[in-house]
Amino acid sequence: MDYIAGNYDVIVVGAGHAGCEAALASARLGCRTAIFVMNLDSIANMPCNPSVGGTGKGHLVREIDALGGEMGKVTDKSLIQLKVLNKAKGPAVYSLRAQVDRKKYHAIMKNTLEMQENLDIKQAEIVEIIVEGEGDKRHITAVKARTGAIYSCKAAVLATGTYLGGKVIIGDVSIESGPDGLFPAKMLAESLKKHGIELFRFKTGTPARINRRSIDFSKAVEQPGDDVITPFSFETGKIEIEQVPCWLIHTNEETHKVIRDNLHRSPLYSGAIEGIGTRYCPSIEDKIVKFADKPSHQVFIEPMGLNTQEMYLQGMSSSLPEDVQVQMIKTLPGLENVSIMRTGYAIEYYCVNPAQLDTSLELKNTGGLFCAGQINGSSGYEEAAAQGLIAGINAAHKVLGRPKLVLDRSQAYIGVLIDDLVTKGVREPYRIMTSRAEYRLLLRQDNADLRLTPIGYEIGLISKERYEKFLRKWEAINREIERLQKTTVPPGEKLSSLLEKKNSTPVKTGIKLAELLKRPEISYEDLAEVDSERPELDYQVREQVAIAIKYEGYIKRQMQQVEQFKKLENRKIPDDIDYEAIHGLRIEARQKLGKIRPLSVGQASRIAGVSPADIAVLMIYLEKYTGKK
Amino acid sequence: MLYNDTIAAVSTPYGSGGIGIVRISGDKAFEIAEKIFKGKRSVKEMKSHTINYGKIIDDLDGSVLDEVLLTKMEKPNTFTREDVVEINCHGGIIVLKKVLELVTRHGARLAGPGEFTKRAFLNGRIDLAQAEAVIDIINAKTALSSKAALAQLEGALSEKIKEIRDELVELVAHVESTLDFPEEDFDKITGESLYKGMEKAREELSGLLSKFDKGKVIMEGVNAVIIGRPNVGKSSLLNRLTGRNRAIVTDIPGTTRDTIEEYINMGGIPLNIIDTAGIRETSDLVEKIGAEKTMKAIESADLVIMMIDTGEGFTPADAAILQLIGEKKKIIMLNKIDLVEKQEDLKGANPNSRGLNGLRDSRLEGNELIDNKLSELIDGKIKGNGELKGMIQGAGIAVIKSSMKDGRGMEELEKEISRLFMEGEIEAGIEGIMTNVRHASLVEKALNSVNDAISAYHANITLDCIAIDIRNAVNYLGEITGENISDEILERIFSRFCIGK
Ligand SMILES: Nc1nc2c(ncn2[C@@H]2O[C@H](COP(=O)(O)OP(=O)(O)OP(=O)(O)O)[C@@H](O)[C@H]2O)c(=O)[nH]1
Ligand SMILES: [Mg+2]
Repeated sequence: MDYIAGNYDVIVVGAGHAGCEAALASARLGCRTAIFVMNLDSIANMPCNPSVGGTGKGHLVREIDALGGEMGKVTDKSLIQLKVLNKAKGPAVYSLRAQVDRKKYHAIMKNTLEMQENLDIKQAEIVEIIVEGEGDKRHITAVKARTGAIYSCKAAVLATGTYLGGKVIIGDVSIESGPDGLFPAKMLAESLKKHGIELFRFKTGTPARINRRSIDFSKAVEQPGDDVITPFSFETGKIEIEQVPCWLIHTNEETHKVIRDNLHRSPLYSGAIEGIGTRYCPSIEDKIVKFADKPSHQVFIEPMGLNTQEMYLQGMSSSLPEDVQVQMIKTLPGLENVSIMRTGYAIEYYCVNPAQLDTSLELKNTGGLFCAGQINGSSGYEEAAAQGLIAGINAAHKVLGRPKLVLDRSQAYIGVLIDDLVTKGVREPYRIMTSRAEYRLLLRQDNADLRLTPIGYEIGLISKERYEKFLRKWEAINREIERLQKTTVPPGEKLSSLLEKKNSTPVKTGIKLAELLKRPEISYEDLAEVDSERPELDYQVREQVAIAIKYEGYIKRQMQQVEQFKKLENRKIPDDIDYEAIHGLRIEARQKLGKIRPLSVGQASRIAGVSPADIAVLMIYLEKYTGKK
Repeated sequence: MLYNDTIAAVSTPYGSGGIGIVRISGDKAFEIAEKIFKGKRSVKEMKSHTINYGKIIDDLDGSVLDEVLLTKMEKPNTFTREDVVEINCHGGIIVLKKVLELVTRHGARLAGPGEFTKRAFLNGRIDLAQAEAVIDIINAKTALSSKAALAQLEGALSEKIKEIRDELVELVAHVESTLDFPEEDFDKITGESLYKGMEKAREELSGLLSKFDKGKVIMEGVNAVIIGRPNVGKSSLLNRLTGRNRAIVTDIPGTTRDTIEEYINMGGIPLNIIDTAGIRETSDLVEKIGAEKTMKAIESADLVIMMIDTGEGFTPADAAILQLIGEKKKIIMLNKIDLVEKQEDLKGANPNSRGLNGLRDSRLEGNELIDNKLSELIDGKIKGNGELKGMIQGAGIAVIKSSMKDGRGMEELEKEISRLFMEGEIEAGIEGIMTNVRHASLVEKALNSVNDAISAYHANITLDCIAIDIRNAVNYLGEITGENISDEILERIFSRFCIGK
């Protein structure tokens, strides 16, 4: 029997990485918030690899942290290994990547939710959204649980991950299920469809988990973490733990033969899977078909945590039948006697076509209803968390009557991610990459706080104390840059010997410290010998100073590009624009613009199918439009 | 698309008597004018909507490009409703082009087709009631002009740009996958292959740019040189072309001792024409050319006009000279045909010939005779040894019969030049040319970006920055081909490199 069970400002459906960030943000902004999850023991679960970060993804986590989100902090507390990737390739692409203790991550995040003021956590399956009003006035008013409990709300965030219409496929066996054997959310998908929300099916996969005790590590190459751990959160101090290594092995001809011989039993090639998978996370059988001449692929064996013997086989994602998986894994060096604990599988699920969302992640046809995470066609914990944070903030802002928070492509990877999703739509699960960011040199992971913490403070997710600390850092950076630009090193013994040691062109006259630092071969630390008045500074400050000076030329150029970008971004398009009435737009452009409803001319220009000529027409129309008003 | 930066263009149809206006519009218009203009008042001090006399100075070498009238117009009372500067130049198309180059070097962007008009609309300068109609025009214009632009970049050239861009995209994809997938095992880009890729692009882009310079980009002007044995009438041709007695003409062979250079506008094509010292006998030719200058002129020429004295026939010296020209575009002028005509008259081969007065009546027949004579010459029956025929046959080289005495052949010459350099489209409007210059300027920017990438590489700058430069290059070329980089790179990454967990 249906009954009224509660009354909230914001309801979050799903407690994965998106849901947790959304619920925390909303509750922290003072909204009465409830978060629903199929099973409390799966809060912030990592159903795929037990790791956080990587290229682009690490950037997202830093940004989440700079805005006042949780992912970075929980990762810092639960990581068991950390690496900085791309160390030699430049500051724009340095990326943090951590192996985490999956259970610990879950436990810490669950406890964080439990401790959060204004937040109720409930185990229940949400089966229905209740929408009232017509046309522009359509608005979500409540959600209903399987038990008949109705919870009213002013706004809701859907963060259903891979649970929505979830179907697990292993060879010719397919099971209606969420990940890790959890219940799927079947009825909710029907409810969304009923409300005119367009859904489509995506697919992803995961490899087998094996028992550490069955591995012969003598055949694997140890992959240790960095000597010094760089934390994700700007607030975390030193992390001193004993790190756990990963292990590297390779597939061989035998492995590939097993796969080739059994390809006909793969659901991917037999057509049993209709969902679209992603190219950057292919199954092992995919790789062997597409890159047939590659004799071997790497496989990382990653620990799932400290208090478990379970290991994850990165690189071996598969939806082949169980018996084939066993056979195939046993061909791997060191895994001849493997004991498989969980079989790899593909999972298919429903996504909401993200083109139906605006840049605040609100559905354009249903006021107050936000979507975040894999439901929007993205993949990855970090991408999910980033969207969750933004959706949570915007749901709360909606309730509080505050303006939408939209980060643009020049401000954050979060902006790139969301703009890509809602403007370009998705054809496969979307993963963030540094190459997607046009202004990559500005959107570095090291300066995420400089870019976003003032915004986080303004919203109310950053404490005054943290903000003041941040301001002091900012000031210190600027002061030091100025000092380096002003201070001249006199010619002499000290300078000559430094230059000689560093294989750097000698100078006859004095030279500014900043000029010296610009030389690629000289680091900030090197300068100490000729810089007697150097103040004591934190590593974070020194890093900013060095990058700002060393990359000044490139940074300036990117800033100029941003300036141009902003001009179009600032040309706003009114909400009520009628594209059908714009004479001169090509039909395709008219349809695409009508569907996406971009907020600015800049956003419009990024829609596939809208040409520069269409943009010119649009701008002329806008001129006329504002002229009439 | 940049709608708010400062743009510049030549705004008077070119070829109209050497007077043209370079117009600059946008926030930086005054700032740019300030840097290149020297007059009684600086641009800053000028009042709005006043005309000022002064000089345009090239800051690179301090040379005076032109004496001009400069008009400063403050917004919003201008055509575009932005700050506008108009520079009235007098020095002809080549000077106009140089001034335009100077302006773009100081930060203006070459305007796209119709862009001034577009801005005028966008900034609400034009009556809004007309907006509907205007949309149509702009639509048509954009479509037409981009089509025209592509058509101009015909065949080989546009293919080449696509090809270079394609290689650069491939390079970017390799760089980006190396940056984005450090833990995957595929062949990451090496310094060597990166460098090779960049060098290749640099070479190809500069090759392309030189084609733009020397090919059909008529804004550049055509460098033409007149060569031939002494006394064949080279200086006479120069004088005919310039319409004044620029070069000394005598019947003494070897009158012209040094090269003489003149700018003219031939049916819309800017010609930089050089008269050279006559090239003497075959023996020890190279030394006797003495005029290394003549050789240099030939080397840097886009067009060689070789003159032959019809009366003397095709001599071995002529054959040697023809060989000197090599692969250059060329036109052969059989000059002094009036003399051959006379010879025939004198010989009495034509019974109807009645001296000078009878010439008119006997023209038809006389012409036939001359033609016979000429075809004999070309066939190598007279004096020559068949070489001329061998050299010009099948090469599509025009042979024009001319007389500097009465001006015959000048029209054919003009036609042939326009055929060679504009494929007959003498009437090409300013926009067509601008588009071409726009392309050249984009290719140049792409080249600069690649050069930036190469210097960054040499300076040990990190890959993330080098990627910025190479991507810029791809973007510039994409503005020509109308392609967008972002999705393309991803396609390449995933099709070429085995990436994934
Ligand atoms: N009859 C006749 N005489 C010509 C013609 N063209 C040029 N001449 C004469 O030929 C002589 C040489 O002419 P130039 O123009 O000085 O010849 P050039 O090739 O410049 O000679 P150099 O400078 O000495 O190499 C002059 O007396 C001209 O008047 C022509 O077409 N017909
Ligand atoms: Mg002469």
